[in-house]
Amino acid sequence: MKGRRLKYVVAGLLVAGALVGLIYSGVRDSMVYFYTPSEVTQKQAELGGKALRVGGMVVDGSVRWDPQNLLLTFQLTDGQGTVFVRHKGTAPDLFKEGAGAVVEGTWTPEGYVRASTIMAKHSEEYKPPTHPETLEDKKAVFQSILQEGKK
Amino acid sequence: MISTLGGFTLFLALGVTLYAAAASVLGARQGREDWLASSRNAVLAHFCLVTLAIFLLEYALVTSDFSLRYVANNSTRASLTRYKIAGLWGSLEGSILLWEWLQSLMAALVVARYSGGGGSEAPSGTRQLLPYVQAVLQGISAFFLILMAFGANPFARIFPVPPDGRGLNPLLEVTDMLIHPLLLYLGYVGFSVPYAFAMAALVTGRPTEEWLRITRRWTVVAWLFLTGGIFYGGWWSYRTLGWGGYWAWDPVENASFMPWLTGTAFIHSVMIQERKRMLKVWNLTLITLTFTLVIFGTFLTRSGILGSVHAFADGPVGMMFLAFLALVLFFSFGLVAYRSDQLKGHGELDSILSRESAFLLNNLVLVGICFTVFLGTIFPLLSEAVRGNKISVGTPYFNKVSVPLGMALLLLMGIGPLIAWGRASLNNLKRNFLKPGLAAVLGAALLYALGVRQVQVLVAFGLCFFVIGTIVFEFWVATRTRARMMGESVLAAFGTLLLKSRRRYGGLIVHLGVVIAILGIAVSSVYKVEREQTLKPGDRLSLGRYSVRFEGLAAGERPTHILVWANLQAFRDGRPLHELMPGQRFYPNQQSPFASVDARYHWSEDLYVILSAFERDGSSATIKVIVNPMISWIWIGGGVILLGVLVAVLPERRLALLALRAKAQVA
Repeated sequence: MKGRRLKYVVAGLLVAGALVGLIYSGVRDSMVYFYTPSEVTQKQAELGGKALRVGGMVVDGSVRWDPQNLLLTFQLTDGQGTVFVRHKGTAPDLFKEGAGAVVEGTWTPEGYVRASTIMAKHSEEYKPPTHPETLEDKKAVFQSILQEGKK
Repeated sequence: MISTLGGFTLFLALGVTLYAAAASVLGARQGREDWLASSRNAVLAHFCLVTLAIFLLEYALVTSDFSLRYVANNSTRASLTRYKIAGLWGSLEGSILLWEWLQSLMAALVVARYSGGGGSEAPSGTRQLLPYVQAVLQGISAFFLILMAFGANPFARIFPVPPDGRGLNPLLEVTDMLIHPLLLYLGYVGFSVPYAFAMAALVTGRPTEEWLRITRRWTVVAWLFLTGGIFYGGWWSYRTLGWGGYWAWDPVENASFMPWLTGTAFIHSVMIQERKRMLKVWNLTLITLTFTLVIFGTFLTRSGILGSVHAFADGPVGMMFLAFLALVLFFSFGLVAYRSDQLKGHGELDSILSRESAFLLNNLVLVGICFTVFLGTIFPLLSEAVRGNKISVGTPYFNKVSVPLGMALLLLMGIGPLIAWGRASLNNLKRNFLKPGLAAVLGAALLYALGVRQVQVLVAFGLCFFVIGTIVFEFWVATRTRARMMGESVLAAFGTLLLKSRRRYGGLIVHLGVVIAILGIAVSSVYKVEREQTLKPGDRLSLGRYSVRFEGLAAGERPTHILVWANLQAFRDGRPLHELMPGQRFYPNQQSPFASVDARYHWSEDLYVILSAFERDGSSATIKVIVNPMISWIWIGGGVILLGVLVAVLPERRLALLALRAKAQVA
């Protein structure tokens, strides 16, 4: 009886041990530190090559898109510090100037974040727009390619 | 008007709920049948009141009554009526009202099922449990009503009244929004019934196997809805969200996955208790965990705590959820401790080579996965609390940890259903596992010969072949034996087999569905390829056997938005295949566009195209092409799971009749 119970305790410990090992190695290999743009500017020296996440507001007028090289560049700010971000690829839905975004990537020696993922954030609470836009206004933007197309 | 009426209705419902809970407990204590009857009526009245509240909010949503803050936030005049209706579960307050409505519906169903007239449905044991079951269910309802009354009022006013509302996020204005959340909520709420029975069994001092038998079907159906909700969510995300994936280990997804894991463990471990009368405390723990994880998931995703530890202190909702969680855990485990002398197991495990052990291991692995997902989800909170800086672990962590555990689960899925109870003899092992094991090795070797070199894929396929082997083997042997003994045709024997042991064979079909889905997950994640390129009209983008030619850009007006799309001609092996039209939708008052992806879906592989960016004069477009092999197997697997559960929960009476007829034939 005793011996049998011991066997199960040992088996249980083995399973638990494997689990802990798995979690430990998983955490160690995929830890990503979260910084604000101002923290990044202060701690530049210690960030080299590290995986990190930076969250802030996309600076108005900073977004550049180079379609030939698929290169997106912009700046993120928290009001105190600003960091440059380069991303190979397009922006996600909801990404826009003046709105929140979180980028994940690495800090390069050249002093910018090389983003692997961009996550856009949108606010939950509704504020009526200052200049309400209608479908007609949107239409005008795309006048050059608009057609009575069927899809 | 609606605001006042709605608020009043909810307060009244709260009063009725509390009365129903109190009357049922007092009635049971004092043996007063009239009080019990009155409490049952109160349960039904409570359901009617919450239904009225739902109608009021829906009326406000459909008629665009923007004097309600919730309507202004989740509805807009231009929306189609069905999306105005779906606004009910567009954000926190309405979701809680919907949840509470389903919760009250469950309580009413319990009354209807077990207390309705005839009494044949309710043996005396069930009758003793029911008052306490109702008390627990009404207690849960009371929590949601208090939440709405004091923290998340769906009928709150807004002033000044805006001329138009914001409407749902355009991403949510799709038919899927009408299905996916409802499935999930039904799953969540469904698990409260077995939980309530478990607690009632503890309170009344009857923590035997009775509550398991009564709630078996509830549990399986709740599991089906939760599973369906998760699969449907992945399918939705894949088809419409425009990133070519279906699962991102997002906290919202994890919140639905964690109770699924413990719920799945529960469904398996109850079989050991029914058969061996062991694991009583474990089963009570699992159902309590499942119920609390449902609440915890909602807390996690709705309180804003993941944004920052400090965010959730802003509103009372987070605190109320936390308090309720603490109460549930304290109450449940307190009861378990109080009844501990009645919860001693009757059996002992005889051997490590037995079905009990396989099931036990399966439980450990499922709960282990749940724990790792839990840890990964709250890791930023932990690190912020302990070390003051936020560290998150992303998709790599979840994949790295869950893949080996998933493989272990797959192996157990092959072993569990076939290994003998008690102690498996060498003969039993050889008879059941030699052929499936050979199939696994041969299958993996064949794939290796075909050029597959990724160890992960070979192992996954080997294990899948093993499980499929065991299932096919089991069906084949049983069908053949029956056909021989009864002199039936193979098809008839197969049919009666399914009907006679529908739990067992339904379960095996569910396993088959899981394996099919896992094959889809493994292959699509390892062999997915993608390429993004900016094209001028006439340019081609090639990816493997496929290529797409950009023919030009077009735009058109839609009822609620402007759609810009790229006309693409797809080719496979140089032959024209399909026209694809990925686009972007532009909504008024929304600065950034929403993707409108297009794809050629096929059982072997999907060709998936996204319009990522374009020049407004039509001179170029940036196109992303993804080839996702075998991804549709995931959805097919989901369908097979549904089929299996339906087999398992087929109505009993019809089957009893069939069994009788079969017996008559033998005699």
